[in-house]
Amino acid sequence: MSSLSASQNSAPFEVSPGYWSGVIGRLRRDPVAMFALLVILALVLMALFAPYIAPNDPYRGQLLRRLRPIGTAGFPLGTDELGRDMLSRLIYGARLSLLMGVTPVFIAFFFGAFIGITAGFVGGKVNSLLMRTVDVFFAFPSVLLAIALSGALGAGIFNGLLSLSIVFIPPIARIAESVTTGVRKLEYIEAARASGASSMTIVRVHVLGNVLGPIFVYATGLISVSLILASGLSFLGLGVKPPEPEWGLMLNTLRNAIYVQPWVAALPGLMIFCTSISFNLFSDGLRSAMDLKS
Amino acid sequence: MYIAKRLLYTLPVAFGVSVVCFMLVHIAPGDPLTSVLPPDASAQLQAEMRRLYGFDKPLPVQYFIWLAKTVQGDLGVSIATGRPVALELSKALGNTLMLAVLATLIGFLLGGLFGFVAGYFRGGWVDRLASFISIIGVSVPHYWLGMVLVIIFSVQLNWLPATGAGPGGSADWAWNWLHVRHLILPAITMSVIPMGIVARTVRALVADILSQEFIVGQRAKGLLDFGVFRHVVKNAAPTALAVMGLQLGYLLGGSILIETVFSWPGTGFLLGQAIFQRDLPLLQGTILILALFFVALNLIVDVVQTMLDPRVQRT
Repeated sequence: MSSLSASQNSAPFEVSPGYWSGVIGRLRRDPVAMFALLVILALVLMALFAPYIAPNDPYRGQLLRRLRPIGTAGFPLGTDELGRDMLSRLIYGARLSLLMGVTPVFIAFFFGAFIGITAGFVGGKVNSLLMRTVDVFFAFPSVLLAIALSGALGAGIFNGLLSLSIVFIPPIARIAESVTTGVRKLEYIEAARASGASSMTIVRVHVLGNVLGPIFVYATGLISVSLILASGLSFLGLGVKPPEPEWGLMLNTLRNAIYVQPWVAALPGLMIFCTSISFNLFSDGLRSAMDLKS
Repeated sequence: MYIAKRLLYTLPVAFGVSVVCFMLVHIAPGDPLTSVLPPDASAQLQAEMRRLYGFDKPLPVQYFIWLAKTVQGDLGVSIATGRPVALELSKALGNTLMLAVLATLIGFLLGGLFGFVAGYFRGGWVDRLASFISIIGVSVPHYWLGMVLVIIFSVQLNWLPATGAGPGGSADWAWNWLHVRHLILPAITMSVIPMGIVARTVRALVADILSQEFIVGQRAKGLLDFGVFRHVVKNAAPTALAVMGLQLGYLLGGSILIETVFSWPGTGFLLGQAIFQRDLPLLQGTILILALFFVALNLIVDVVQTMLDPRVQRT
């Protein structure tokens, strides 16, 4: 993949506050990225304050009021197949859906960056050993690996998080390795070493500051994929188990209702779509604000 | 030389992939025999079955026995149906390939068009529109898009069937309208992912090429738009084709979500069955074949790309 040539060829990032304030300034002038950020913040607030916002109990259903249409009095977004309030379930659903979608990328960022930076900085046999192992996992299409792992481990929130984290480690480790290898060859690292800095100091001061930025931007681009995949696992019956409100799982249990209340059944997917497109637009904005080519 | 090196690199990866597929069954909690044996099976029967499936031997030994059989094309017997895994797979693989190839073609044509237009008129409203469509393509949960298409075209308009691959749920494919109409919705749904990715790639490529000095120079010398177009296609095609090849691999491996929505009798559907019936030989075999397909496709894409454009050498 030649995707990181930009960060290797052009001047490395300065850690001075000037660089980051420039990035933030450019982001602020990007209306699309700012709008996406607002949507993400609104979703996070919705997840945090769900009990205060939701008009009804998301778990309590009444069979007498199953599958009411959108616009029903008292249930503005209708009710689901067990007569539970859709609006409340969609609001509560943000909790598990965001948790299951965003957490794996952060876990993978931590481990992937660690593996990649170690491999890139140490080089040699360590690099070969680490990166060839990463290659094996990278040789699986991501959806297949996620489903294979969580299929073997069984349904459940923890198993879902574990499978998705493993899926995202290889791509992050690869990017981290290639950025670090590029930085390691630069002259100022040699200069630091010549002036007696220890390896730890070089990594902490000179490598991390230049490497974490690009890896982080790459990772934010994976959040939308992770959200779609996480909800996809629950949609298949892996991942989150009923009766928890989670958008993918809601989409799954409402699938049989498409002949009765098609638009109510489609609502959870719309939530996944809005969340994932917001993360994508924000990540794109961040990338161009940091002046990285995709 | 590069091709030989690339071939040599594929072998250990394929070996690693087979180890991961083998280990999947052994990270699964519980006894792999629980799905075949009745819960009140005697200890003697359990031991007998364990010996029959080879589960009594140490793991590395089990692995090499499994590998030796696999290399000979014997993927074992499905626990749920009692039929050979290879037989179940070959039928399903044909159905998935048909769907994935068609989806890749649609995605490549539309994505190439959107990406080209966006890159050619970069900065204008056409660019913004085409870029917006491509970002929708990469952001939409495709299983939900499939559901929405079913709601519109099957439930509301009643134009196309919602599920299956043939009339009356038959799984035997034929190239006639009765069957092809089953293919339309899943293929369109699946094509959205490569469409978005191809469009984004082509846009970046075209914009990059158009800003390079030799094109600017050609234009200054009075080269017509068609001549510029030829240059752009020649320079962008190898990368775009490589992206398309890899997308085909991703679609093949990731077809389970769409096949579940449309009850399409392919490998993804098979995978779902294997997971929920805890049919471990079927699970192992399906994942191994799909992953090896992806490894092979990666190899082909790299080799073809280096032949088209010797400047690119991925490892």
